Amino acid sequence: MATVTFVAYDGTTHEADLVEGESLMEIATGQAIPGIDGDCGGEAACGTCHVIVDNEWISTTGRRTDQEEQMLDMSSECEENSRLACQVVVSDGMDGLKVRLPEFQM
Amino acid sequence: MNSMDGVLDRALASVQDKVQSRVPVDRQVKAAHLMEKAKRLAGMSKPLVFTEAPIPDPADVPLTQIDVSNPFMNRQGQWYPYFARLRDEAPVHYLAQSPFGPFWSITRYDDIRAVDTNPDVFSAEPYIVLGPPPLDIEMFIAMDPPKHDVQRKAVQGVVAPKNLKEMESLIRERVQDVLDNLPTDQPFDWVERVSKEITGRMLATLLDFPYDQRHKLTYWSDTISGTAEGTGGTTHQDDFYEATGELARSFMALWHDKAARREAGEAPGFDLITLMQTSDDTKDLISRPLEFLGNLTLLIVGGNDTTRNSMSGGVLALNQHPEQFEKLKADPSLISNMVSEIIRWQTPLAYMRRVAKKDVHFGGQFIRKGDQVVMWYASGNRDERQFENPDAFIIDRPNARNHISFGFGVHRCMGNRLAEMQLRILWEELLQRFDKIEVIGEPGYVQSNFVKGYETMMVQLTPKSSD
Repeated sequence: MATVTFVAYDGTTHEADLVEGESLMEIATGQAIPGIDGDCGGEAACGTCHVIVDNEWISTTGRRTDQEEQMLDMSSECEENSRLACQVVVSDGMDGLKVRLPEFQM
Repeated sequence: MNSMDGVLDRALASVQDKVQSRVPVDRQVKAAHLMEKAKRLAGMSKPLVFTEAPIPDPADVPLTQIDVSNPFMNRQGQWYPYFARLRDEAPVHYLAQSPFGPFWSITRYDDIRAVDTNPDVFSAEPYIVLGPPPLDIEMFIAMDPPKHDVQRKAVQGVVAPKNLKEMESLIRERVQDVLDNLPTDQPFDWVERVSKEITGRMLATLLDFPYDQRHKLTYWSDTISGTAEGTGGTTHQDDFYEATGELARSFMALWHDKAARREAGEAPGFDLITLMQTSDDTKDLISRPLEFLGNLTLLIVGGNDTTRNSMSGGVLALNQHPEQFEKLKADPSLISNMVSEIIRWQTPLAYMRRVAKKDVHFGGQFIRKGDQVVMWYASGNRDERQFENPDAFIIDRPNARNHISFGFGVHRCMGNRLAEMQLRILWEELLQRFDKIEVIGEPGYVQSNFVKGYETMMVQLTPKSSD
Protein backbone atom coordinates (compact mmCIF):
# COMPACT_ATOMS: atom_id res chain seq x y z
CA MET A 1 0.00 0.00 0.00
CA ALA A 2 1.31 3.45 -0.90
CA THR A 3 1.88 5.71 2.11
CA VAL A 4 2.84 9.24 3.12
CA THR A 5 4.70 10.02 6.33
CA PHE A 6 4.12 12.88 8.75
CA VAL A 7 6.94 13.57 11.19
CA ALA A 8 5.74 15.33 14.34
CA TYR A 9 7.80 18.10 15.92
CA ASP A 10 9.11 15.70 18.56
CA GLY A 11 10.28 13.28 15.87
CA THR A 12 7.45 10.73 16.14
CA THR A 13 6.51 9.43 12.70
CA HIS A 14 2.94 8.78 11.58
CA GLU A 15 2.26 6.86 8.40
CA ALA A 16 -0.96 7.38 6.49
CA ASP A 17 -2.41 5.61 3.48
CA LEU A 18 -1.94 7.54 0.29
CA VAL A 19 -5.33 8.42 -1.16
CA GLU A 20 -4.91 9.68 -4.71
CA GLY A 21 -6.70 12.96 -5.37
CA GLU A 22 -7.02 13.91 -1.70
CA SER A 23 -5.02 16.75 -0.26
CA LEU A 24 -2.39 16.05 2.37
CA MET A 25 -4.61 17.89 4.86
CA GLU A 26 -7.56 15.63 4.05
CA ILE A 27 -5.39 12.55 4.39
CA ALA A 28 -4.10 13.75 7.78
CA THR A 29 -7.42 14.79 9.28
CA GLY A 30 -9.24 11.80 7.76
CA GLN A 31 -6.74 9.36 9.30
CA ALA A 32 -6.45 11.12 12.66
CA ILE A 33 -2.82 12.23 12.25
CA PRO A 34 -2.23 14.63 15.19
CA GLY A 35 -0.99 18.19 14.67
CA ILE A 36 -2.96 19.14 11.56
CA ASP A 37 -6.18 21.07 12.14
CA GLY A 38 -7.46 22.30 8.77
CA ASP A 39 -9.90 24.74 10.36
CA CYS A 40 -10.96 26.45 7.13
CA GLY A 41 -11.78 23.18 5.38
CA GLY A 42 -9.07 23.40 2.72
CA GLU A 43 -9.14 26.95 1.36
CA ALA A 44 -5.65 28.08 2.43
CA ALA A 45 -7.39 30.57 4.69
CA CYS A 46 -6.46 29.59 8.26
CA GLY A 47 -2.86 28.42 8.23
CA THR A 48 -3.53 25.44 10.51
CA CYS A 49 -2.23 22.67 8.21
CA HIS A 50 1.34 23.90 7.91
CA VAL A 51 3.84 21.20 6.86
CA ILE A 52 7.48 21.34 5.81
CA VAL A 53 8.22 19.17 2.82
CA ASP A 54 11.36 17.01 2.83
CA ASN A 55 14.03 18.36 0.48
CA GLU A 56 13.99 15.36 -1.82
CA TRP A 57 10.23 15.75 -2.38
CA ILE A 58 9.89 19.49 -2.89
CA SER A 59 10.31 19.30 -6.66
CA THR A 60 7.49 16.73 -6.82
CA THR A 61 5.05 18.66 -4.60
CA GLY A 62 6.09 22.05 -5.89
CA ARG A 63 6.62 25.16 -3.79
CA ARG A 64 3.95 27.20 -2.03
CA THR A 65 1.68 29.49 -4.00
CA ASP A 66 1.20 33.22 -3.30
CA GLN A 67 -2.04 32.44 -1.51
CA GLU A 68 -0.29 30.01 0.84
CA GLU A 69 2.52 32.51 1.30
CA GLN A 70 0.04 35.08 2.61
CA MET A 71 -0.85 32.82 5.54
CA LEU A 72 2.50 31.09 6.10
CA ASP A 73 4.30 34.42 6.16
CA MET A 74 2.65 35.06 9.54
CA SER A 75 4.09 31.90 11.12
CA SER A 76 7.39 32.22 12.94
CA GLU A 77 8.11 28.62 11.97
CA CYS A 78 7.84 29.20 8.21
CA GLU A 79 10.71 27.61 6.26
CA GLU A 80 11.77 27.48 2.63
CA ASN A 81 9.85 24.25 2.02
CA SER A 82 6.77 25.20 4.05
CA ARG A 83 3.41 24.43 2.45
CA LEU A 84 -0.20 24.35 3.48
CA ALA A 85 -1.14 20.67 3.38
CA CYS A 86 -4.58 21.48 2.00
CA GLN A 87 -2.96 22.77 -1.19
CA VAL A 88 -0.84 19.67 -1.82
CA VAL A 89 -2.97 17.23 -3.80
CA VAL A 90 -1.51 13.77 -3.60
CA SER A 91 -0.86 11.57 -6.64
CA ASP A 92 0.32 7.97 -6.92
CA GLY A 93 3.79 9.24 -7.72
CA MET A 94 4.06 10.52 -4.17
CA ASP A 95 4.37 7.11 -2.52
CA GLY A 96 6.86 7.59 0.32
CA LEU A 97 6.36 11.38 0.56
CA LYS A 98 7.67 12.73 3.84
CA VAL A 99 6.71 16.03 5.52
CA ARG A 100 7.55 17.50 8.92
CA LEU A 101 5.15 19.36 11.19
CA PRO A 102 5.95 22.63 12.95
CA GLU A 103 5.79 22.82 16.73
CA PHE A 104 2.54 24.80 16.60
CA GLN A 105 -0.17 25.50 14.08
CA MET A 106 -1.27 29.12 13.78
CA MET B 1 -23.12 68.06 5.50
CA ASN B 2 -22.94 71.85 5.17
CA SER B 3 -19.89 73.68 3.92
CA MET B 4 -18.80 74.89 7.37
CA ASP B 5 -18.72 71.30 8.50
CA GLY B 6 -16.53 70.38 5.55
CA VAL B 7 -14.09 73.17 6.37
CA LEU B 8 -13.79 72.00 9.93
CA ASP B 9 -13.28 68.40 8.84
CA ARG B 10 -10.58 69.40 6.38
CA ALA B 11 -8.90 71.56 9.00
CA LEU B 12 -8.98 68.69 11.48
CA ALA B 13 -7.60 66.24 8.92
CA SER B 14 -4.78 68.56 7.98
CA VAL B 15 -3.94 69.29 11.59
CA GLN B 16 -3.96 65.58 12.36
CA ASP B 17 -1.59 64.90 9.46
CA LYS B 18 0.86 67.56 10.56
CA VAL B 19 0.85 66.82 14.24
CA GLN B 20 0.76 63.03 14.03
CA SER B 21 4.49 62.83 14.58
CA ARG B 22 5.00 65.78 16.91
CA VAL B 23 2.16 66.15 19.36
CA PRO B 24 1.76 63.57 22.12
CA VAL B 25 -1.12 61.25 21.56
CA ASP B 26 -3.17 62.32 24.59
CA ARG B 27 -3.12 65.95 23.40
CA GLN B 28 -4.28 64.85 19.97
CA VAL B 29 -7.22 63.04 21.52
CA LYS B 30 -8.08 66.15 23.46
CA ALA B 31 -7.88 68.35 20.37
CA ALA B 32 -10.15 66.03 18.43
CA HIS B 33 -12.57 66.01 21.33
CA LEU B 34 -12.71 69.81 21.48
CA MET B 35 -13.28 69.97 17.75
CA GLU B 36 -16.09 67.47 17.96
CA LYS B 37 -17.66 69.28 20.90
CA ALA B 38 -17.53 72.59 19.04
CA LYS B 39 -19.30 71.02 16.08
CA ARG B 40 -21.93 69.53 18.35
CA LEU B 41 -22.56 72.82 20.16
CA ALA B 42 -22.78 74.66 16.86
CA GLY B 43 -25.44 72.18 15.77
CA MET B 44 -23.22 70.84 13.03
CA SER B 45 -23.09 67.30 14.27
CA LYS B 46 -25.84 65.41 15.99
CA PRO B 47 -24.96 62.37 18.05
CA LEU B 48 -26.66 59.19 16.91
CA VAL B 49 -29.08 57.80 19.51
CA PHE B 50 -30.82 54.45 19.27
CA THR B 51 -34.13 53.87 21.00
CA GLU B 52 -35.33 50.33 21.48
CA ALA B 53 -38.60 49.32 19.85
CA PRO B 54 -40.06 45.84 19.35
CA ILE B 55 -38.59 44.26 16.21
CA PRO B 56 -41.22 42.58 14.02
CA ASP B 57 -40.79 38.99 12.84
CA PRO B 58 -38.65 38.78 9.71
CA ALA B 59 -41.52 37.37 7.64
CA ASP B 60 -43.44 40.63 8.21
CA VAL B 61 -40.72 42.88 6.78
CA PRO B 62 -40.16 43.43 3.03
CA LEU B 63 -36.88 41.79 2.03
CA THR B 64 -35.40 45.05 0.78
CA GLN B 65 -35.96 46.72 4.15
CA ILE B 66 -34.39 44.07 6.35
CA ASP B 67 -31.86 45.82 8.59
CA VAL B 68 -29.68 43.45 10.59
CA SER B 69 -27.59 46.38 11.88
CA ASN B 70 -30.29 47.18 14.43
CA PRO B 71 -28.36 47.08 17.74
CA PHE B 72 -31.31 45.47 19.57
CA MET B 73 -31.47 42.37 17.32
CA ASN B 74 -29.51 40.20 19.72
CA ARG B 75 -31.33 41.36 22.85
CA GLN B 76 -34.69 40.58 21.27
CA GLY B 77 -33.59 37.21 19.96
CA GLN B 78 -34.28 38.24 16.37
CA TRP B 79 -30.87 38.05 14.74
CA TYR B 80 -30.99 34.34 13.95
CA PRO B 81 -34.47 34.32 12.36
CA TYR B 82 -33.53 37.37 10.28
CA PHE B 83 -30.22 35.82 9.18
CA ALA B 84 -32.01 32.58 8.28
CA ARG B 85 -34.31 34.49 5.94
CA LEU B 86 -31.42 36.37 4.34
CA ARG B 87 -29.41 33.16 3.82
CA ASP B 88 -32.37 31.54 2.07
CA GLU B 89 -33.76 34.44 0.07
CA ALA B 90 -30.98 37.01 -0.35
CA PRO B 91 -27.58 35.69 0.70
CA VAL B 92 -25.90 38.79 -0.76
CA HIS B 93 -28.36 41.42 0.41
CA TYR B 94 -28.38 45.16 -0.19
CA LEU B 95 -29.91 47.60 2.27
CA ALA B 96 -30.21 51.05 0.70
CA GLN B 97 -30.75 53.02 3.89
CA SER B 98 -29.62 52.54 7.46
CA PRO B 99 -28.22 54.70 10.26
CA PHE B 100 -24.82 53.50 8.98
CA GLY B 101 -25.53 54.22 5.34
CA PRO B 102 -26.18 51.61 2.65
CA PHE B 103 -24.48 48.24 3.06
CA TRP B 104 -24.32 44.70 1.69
CA SER B 105 -24.88 41.77 4.04
CA ILE B 106 -23.06 38.51 3.32
CA THR B 107 -24.72 35.75 5.35
CA ARG B 108 -23.67 32.34 3.96
CA TYR B 109 -20.56 30.57 5.25
CA ASP B 110 -18.93 30.00 1.85
CA ASP B 111 -19.55 33.56 0.70
CA ILE B 112 -18.12 35.03 3.92
CA ARG B 113 -14.98 32.95 3.52
CA ALA B 114 -14.66 34.08 -0.10
CA VAL B 115 -14.86 37.76 0.87
CA ASP B 116 -12.55 37.35 3.86
CA THR B 117 -9.82 35.71 1.77
CA ASN B 118 -9.87 38.30 -1.00
CA PRO B 119 -8.21 41.45 0.39
CA ASP B 120 -7.37 42.60 -3.15
CA VAL B 121 -11.06 43.22 -3.80
CA PHE B 122 -12.47 43.65 -0.30
CA SER B 123 -10.44 46.08 1.77
CA ALA B 124 -10.38 46.18 5.57
CA GLU B 125 -9.48 49.89 5.44
CA PRO B 126 -10.16 52.30 7.01
CA TYR B 127 -12.27 50.64 9.74
CA ILE B 128 -13.95 47.28 10.35
CA VAL B 129 -17.19 48.20 12.16
CA LEU B 130 -20.27 49.64 10.49
CA GLY B 131 -19.68 53.28 11.35
CA PRO B 132 -16.55 55.42 11.56
CA PRO B 133 -14.65 55.72 14.82
CA PRO B 134 -14.57 59.31 16.16
CA LEU B 135 -10.79 59.34 15.80
CA ASP B 136 -8.66 58.21 12.86
CA ILE B 137 -6.72 55.75 14.94
CA GLU B 138 -4.74 53.25 12.88
CA MET B 139 -4.85 49.56 13.68
CA PHE B 140 -3.64 46.60 11.67
CA ILE B 141 -7.01 44.82 11.76
CA ALA B 142 -8.07 47.70 9.49
CA MET B 143 -5.03 47.69 7.20
CA ASP B 144 -4.47 45.74 4.01
CA PRO B 145 -1.30 43.86 3.13
CA PRO B 146 1.58 44.64 3.05
CA LYS B 147 1.40 47.23 5.86
CA HIS B 148 -0.85 44.93 7.86
CA ASP B 149 1.64 42.05 7.72
CA VAL B 150 4.53 44.12 9.07
CA GLN B 151 2.58 45.47 12.02
CA ARG B 152 0.92 42.22 12.92
CA LYS B 153 4.15 40.26 12.81
CA ALA B 154 5.72 42.74 15.21
CA VAL B 155 3.26 41.98 18.00
CA GLN B 156 1.86 38.52 17.36
CA GLY B 157 4.70 36.81 19.23
CA VAL B 158 3.15 37.75 22.54
CA VAL B 159 0.16 35.50 21.90
CA ALA B 160 2.02 32.90 19.85
CA PRO B 161 1.55 29.32 21.04
CA LYS B 162 5.17 29.13 22.22
CA ASN B 163 4.65 32.00 24.64
CA LEU B 164 1.32 30.61 25.77
CA LYS B 165 2.91 27.36 26.85
CA GLU B 166 5.07 29.37 29.22
CA MET B 167 2.07 31.24 30.51
CA GLU B 168 -0.33 28.35 30.98
CA SER B 169 0.41 27.73 34.65
CA LEU B 170 0.13 31.42 35.49
CA ILE B 171 -3.22 31.64 33.72
CA ARG B 172 -4.41 28.53 35.52
CA GLU B 173 -3.43 29.93 38.94
CA ARG B 174 -5.35 33.12 38.23
CA VAL B 175 -8.43 31.22 37.06
CA GLN B 176 -8.28 29.00 40.14
CA ASP B 177 -8.10 32.04 42.37
CA VAL B 178 -11.19 33.56 40.75
CA LEU B 179 -13.19 30.34 41.00
CA ASP B 180 -12.16 29.59 44.59
CA ASN B 181 -13.58 32.92 45.69
CA LEU B 182 -17.03 32.54 44.15
CA PRO B 183 -20.05 32.28 46.47
CA THR B 184 -21.91 28.97 46.42
CA ASP B 185 -24.69 29.96 48.86
CA GLN B 186 -26.30 32.64 46.69
CA PRO B 187 -26.61 33.69 43.04
CA PHE B 188 -24.06 36.16 41.67
CA ASP B 189 -23.32 37.92 38.39
CA TRP B 190 -21.17 35.57 36.32
CA VAL B 191 -20.23 38.33 33.85
CA GLU B 192 -18.77 40.56 36.55
CA ARG B 193 -17.20 37.94 38.79
CA VAL B 194 -15.89 35.44 36.25
CA SER B 195 -15.90 36.53 32.61
CA LYS B 196 -14.74 40.12 33.11
CA GLU B 197 -12.40 39.23 35.95
CA ILE B 198 -10.51 36.48 34.14
CA THR B 199 -10.16 38.39 30.86
CA GLY B 200 -9.09 41.53 32.77
CA ARG B 201 -6.39 39.61 34.63
CA MET B 202 -5.18 38.06 31.39
CA LEU B 203 -4.95 41.40 29.61
CA ALA B 204 -3.07 43.00 32.48
CA THR B 205 -0.62 40.11 32.37
CA LEU B 206 -0.05 40.31 28.61
CA LEU B 207 0.43 44.06 28.67
CA ASP B 208 2.32 44.11 31.98
CA PHE B 209 -0.23 46.70 33.03
CA PRO B 210 -0.45 47.57 36.76
CA TYR B 211 -2.41 44.62 38.12
CA ASP B 212 -4.44 46.57 40.66
CA GLN B 213 -5.70 48.89 37.90
CA ARG B 214 -6.75 46.13 35.52
CA HIS B 215 -10.43 47.10 35.68
CA LYS B 216 -9.55 50.20 33.69
CA LEU B 217 -8.65 48.02 30.73
CA THR B 218 -12.14 46.54 30.73
CA TYR B 219 -13.75 49.95 31.08
CA TRP B 220 -11.72 51.51 28.25
CA SER B 221 -12.39 48.58 25.98
CA ASP B 222 -16.16 48.64 26.53
CA THR B 223 -16.36 52.41 26.19
CA ILE B 224 -14.27 52.62 23.02
CA SER B 225 -16.02 49.75 21.21
CA GLY B 226 -19.49 50.93 22.22
CA THR B 227 -20.06 54.18 20.32
CA ALA B 228 -23.48 54.67 18.76
CA GLU B 229 -21.87 55.87 15.52
CA GLY B 230 -19.63 52.81 15.25
CA THR B 231 -21.65 49.88 16.53
CA GLY B 232 -25.03 51.18 17.70
CA GLY B 233 -23.87 51.13 21.31
CA THR B 234 -24.47 53.41 24.28
CA THR B 235 -21.15 55.20 24.76
CA HIS B 236 -21.54 58.96 24.95
CA GLN B 237 -19.06 60.80 22.74
CA ASP B 238 -17.55 62.66 25.69
CA ASP B 239 -16.91 59.34 27.43
CA PHE B 240 -15.29 57.95 24.31
CA TYR B 241 -12.76 60.77 24.17
CA GLU B 242 -12.11 60.68 27.90
CA ALA B 243 -11.51 56.92 27.88
CA THR B 244 -9.30 57.16 24.81
CA GLY B 245 -7.30 60.01 26.35
CA GLU B 246 -6.86 58.13 29.59
CA LEU B 247 -5.78 54.99 27.78
CA ALA B 248 -3.30 57.01 25.76
CA ARG B 249 -1.80 58.71 28.83
CA SER B 250 -1.52 55.46 30.76
CA PHE B 251 0.21 53.60 27.97
CA MET B 252 2.56 56.46 27.15
CA ALA B 253 3.62 56.41 30.80
CA LEU B 254 3.94 52.63 30.76
CA TRP B 255 5.99 52.79 27.54
CA HIS B 256 8.46 55.32 28.94
CA ASP B 257 8.63 53.55 32.29
CA LYS B 258 9.48 50.25 30.69
CA ALA B 259 12.08 51.82 28.43
CA ALA B 260 13.71 53.50 31.43
CA ARG B 261 13.69 50.29 33.47
CA ARG B 262 15.31 48.35 30.66
CA GLU B 263 17.95 51.01 30.20
CA ALA B 264 18.67 50.77 33.91
CA GLY B 265 19.51 47.12 33.37
CA GLU B 266 16.25 45.34 34.15
CA ALA B 267 15.81 42.11 32.18
CA PRO B 268 13.25 42.57 29.37
CA GLY B 269 9.93 40.90 30.06
CA PHE B 270 7.87 38.98 27.54
CA ASP B 271 4.99 41.41 27.49
CA LEU B 272 3.51 43.29 24.61
CA ILE B 273 5.08 46.68 25.25
CA THR B 274 8.55 45.16 25.57
CA LEU B 275 7.98 43.22 22.36
CA MET B 276 7.02 46.39 20.55
CA GLN B 277 10.03 48.25 21.93
CA THR B 278 12.46 45.55 20.87
CA SER B 279 11.13 45.00 17.35
CA ASP B 280 12.64 47.13 14.57
CA ASP B 281 9.25 47.76 13.01
CA THR B 282 7.57 49.06 16.14
CA LYS B 283 10.35 50.42 18.37
CA ASP B 284 9.46 53.99 17.32
CA LEU B 285 5.73 53.45 17.57
CA ILE B 286 5.43 56.05 20.30
CA SER B 287 6.36 58.70 17.71
CA ARG B 288 3.46 57.59 15.50
CA PRO B 289 0.77 58.36 18.06
CA LEU B 290 -2.35 57.37 16.13
CA GLU B 291 -0.80 54.06 15.24
CA PHE B 292 0.41 53.57 18.80
CA LEU B 293 -3.05 54.23 20.13
CA GLY B 294 -4.70 52.15 17.44
CA ASN B 295 -2.68 49.02 17.97
CA LEU B 296 -3.01 49.11 21.74
CA THR B 297 -6.74 49.70 21.47
CA LEU B 298 -6.98 46.79 19.07
CA LEU B 299 -5.20 44.41 21.40
CA ILE B 300 -7.21 45.51 24.41
CA VAL B 301 -10.58 45.34 22.66
CA GLY B 302 -9.63 42.16 20.81
CA GLY B 303 -8.71 40.34 23.99
CA ASN B 304 -11.62 41.59 26.02
CA ASP B 305 -15.16 41.28 24.64
CA THR B 306 -14.42 38.16 22.69
CA THR B 307 -13.17 35.82 25.38
CA ARG B 308 -15.39 37.39 28.01
CA ASN B 309 -18.59 36.74 26.11
CA SER B 310 -17.50 33.22 25.19
CA MET B 311 -16.99 32.57 28.91
CA SER B 312 -20.56 33.65 29.60
CA GLY B 313 -21.97 32.10 26.41
CA GLY B 314 -20.65 28.65 27.26
CA VAL B 315 -22.53 28.65 30.55
CA LEU B 316 -25.72 29.79 28.88
CA ALA B 317 -25.39 27.21 26.09
CA LEU B 318 -24.97 24.37 28.58
CA ASN B 319 -28.03 25.59 30.49
CA GLN B 320 -30.10 25.58 27.33
CA HIS B 321 -28.74 22.14 26.43
CA PRO B 322 -28.48 20.37 29.82
CA GLU B 323 -27.89 16.94 28.25
CA GLN B 324 -24.62 18.35 26.88
CA PHE B 325 -23.46 19.23 30.39
CA GLU B 326 -24.10 15.63 31.44
CA LYS B 327 -22.13 14.45 28.41
CA LEU B 328 -19.28 16.77 29.38
CA LYS B 329 -19.17 15.58 32.98
CA ALA B 330 -19.11 11.97 31.78
CA ASP B 331 -16.22 12.70 29.40
CA PRO B 332 -14.12 15.79 30.21
CA SER B 333 -11.83 14.99 27.27
CA LEU B 334 -14.52 16.70 25.17
CA ILE B 335 -13.51 20.10 26.57
CA SER B 336 -11.23 21.02 23.64
CA ASN B 337 -13.90 20.37 21.05
CA MET B 338 -16.50 22.04 23.24
CA VAL B 339 -14.38 25.19 23.31
CA SER B 340 -14.62 25.41 19.51
CA GLU B 341 -18.34 24.73 19.71
CA ILE B 342 -18.77 27.52 22.29
CA ILE B 343 -16.93 29.95 20.04
CA ARG B 344 -19.11 28.88 17.09
CA TRP B 345 -22.37 29.01 19.05
CA GLN B 346 -21.59 32.35 20.69
CA THR B 347 -19.77 34.16 17.85
CA PRO B 348 -18.72 37.00 20.18
CA LEU B 349 -18.09 39.43 17.32
CA ALA B 350 -21.04 39.40 14.94
CA TYR B 351 -19.26 40.70 11.84
CA MET B 352 -16.34 42.39 10.15
CA ARG B 353 -16.81 45.11 7.56
CA ARG B 354 -15.03 45.45 4.23
CA VAL B 355 -15.14 48.03 1.44
CA ALA B 356 -15.13 47.01 -2.23
CA LYS B 357 -11.98 48.32 -3.91
CA LYS B 358 -13.44 47.81 -7.38
CA ASP B 359 -16.71 46.90 -9.07
CA VAL B 360 -17.27 43.20 -8.65
CA HIS B 361 -19.88 40.56 -9.47
CA PHE B 362 -20.46 38.51 -6.34
CA GLY B 363 -23.13 35.94 -5.56
CA GLY B 364 -25.29 37.11 -8.47
CA GLN B 365 -25.14 40.74 -7.35
CA PHE B 366 -23.21 43.72 -8.62
CA ILE B 367 -21.20 45.33 -5.83
CA ARG B 368 -19.79 48.72 -6.70
CA LYS B 369 -16.44 50.19 -5.81
CA GLY B 370 -16.74 51.92 -2.44
CA ASP B 371 -19.73 49.88 -1.21
CA GLN B 372 -19.69 48.63 2.39
CA VAL B 373 -19.75 44.84 2.62
CA VAL B 374 -20.54 43.25 5.97
CA MET B 375 -19.50 39.64 6.60
CA TRP B 376 -21.94 38.38 9.22
CA TYR B 377 -19.94 35.73 11.08
CA ALA B 378 -22.90 35.26 13.42
CA SER B 379 -24.89 34.06 10.42
CA GLY B 380 -22.12 31.98 8.80
CA ASN B 381 -21.80 30.01 12.01
CA ARG B 382 -25.49 29.10 11.83
CA ASP B 383 -25.50 28.29 8.12
CA GLU B 384 -27.27 24.96 7.67
CA ARG B 385 -25.26 24.47 4.44
CA GLN B 386 -22.13 24.16 6.59
CA PHE B 387 -23.31 22.96 10.01
CA GLU B 388 -25.93 20.28 10.53
CA ASN B 389 -28.64 21.36 12.98
CA PRO B 390 -26.74 24.65 13.40
CA ASP B 391 -28.72 26.20 16.25
CA ALA B 392 -28.08 23.21 18.52
CA PHE B 393 -25.13 23.29 20.88
CA ILE B 394 -23.35 19.94 20.45
CA ILE B 395 -20.09 19.65 22.37
CA ASP B 396 -18.82 16.77 20.23
CA ARG B 397 -19.90 18.33 16.92
CA PRO B 398 -17.39 16.87 14.43
CA ASN B 399 -16.75 20.07 12.46
CA ALA B 400 -16.98 22.59 15.32
CA ARG B 401 -13.42 23.71 14.54
CA ASN B 402 -14.57 24.98 11.15
CA HIS B 403 -16.41 27.85 12.83
CA ILE B 404 -15.90 31.26 11.29
CA SER B 405 -15.64 33.34 14.49
CA PHE B 406 -11.87 33.90 14.07
CA GLY B 407 -12.32 34.99 10.48
CA PHE B 408 -10.31 33.56 7.59
CA GLY B 409 -7.38 34.94 5.62
CA VAL B 410 -4.75 37.46 6.68
CA HIS B 411 -6.90 39.00 9.41
CA ARG B 412 -7.61 35.67 11.10
CA CYS B 413 -7.72 36.25 14.84
CA MET B 414 -4.20 36.55 16.20
CA GLY B 415 -5.23 35.59 19.73
CA ASN B 416 -7.14 32.45 18.73
CA ARG B 417 -4.90 30.06 20.63
CA LEU B 418 -4.89 32.25 23.73
CA ALA B 419 -8.69 32.43 23.65
CA GLU B 420 -8.98 28.66 23.27
CA MET B 421 -6.52 28.11 26.09
CA GLN B 422 -8.33 30.43 28.48
CA LEU B 423 -11.64 28.75 27.79
CA ARG B 424 -10.16 25.28 28.09
CA ILE B 425 -8.57 26.09 31.46
CA LEU B 426 -11.78 27.69 32.70
CA TRP B 427 -13.81 24.58 31.93
CA GLU B 428 -11.18 22.19 33.28
CA GLU B 429 -11.21 24.09 36.56
CA LEU B 430 -15.00 24.44 36.66
CA LEU B 431 -15.51 20.70 36.26
CA GLN B 432 -13.14 20.11 39.18
CA ARG B 433 -15.27 22.24 41.46
CA PHE B 434 -18.91 22.35 40.50
CA ASP B 435 -21.66 19.89 39.84
CA LYS B 436 -24.15 22.40 38.58
CA ILE B 437 -23.85 25.89 37.08
CA GLU B 438 -27.39 27.18 36.86
CA VAL B 439 -28.36 30.38 35.06
CA ILE B 440 -31.07 32.22 37.03
CA GLY B 441 -33.51 34.23 34.92
CA GLU B 442 -32.66 35.87 31.62
CA PRO B 443 -29.21 37.34 31.00
CA GLY B 444 -28.93 41.02 30.06
CA TYR B 445 -27.73 41.53 26.49
CA VAL B 446 -25.35 44.24 25.25
CA GLN B 447 -26.81 46.89 22.96
CA SER B 448 -24.60 46.59 19.88
CA ASN B 449 -24.60 45.33 16.33
CA PHE B 450 -20.98 44.22 16.70
CA VAL B 451 -20.37 42.77 20.15
CA LYS B 452 -22.65 39.80 20.65
CA GLY B 453 -22.50 39.70 24.38
CA TYR B 454 -23.89 39.79 27.88
CA GLU B 455 -24.13 42.63 30.37
CA THR B 456 -25.25 40.44 33.25
CA MET B 457 -25.94 36.80 33.89
CA MET B 458 -27.00 35.58 37.33
CA VAL B 459 -25.68 32.16 38.21
CA GLN B 460 -26.11 29.76 41.14
CA LEU B 461 -23.30 27.27 41.72
CA THR B 462 -23.61 23.85 43.31
CA PRO B 463 -20.26 22.53 44.59
CA LYS B 464 -19.22 19.00 43.74
CA SER B 465 -20.20 16.60 46.49
CA SER B 466 -17.10 15.41 48.29
CA ASP B 467 -17.75 11.66 48.09
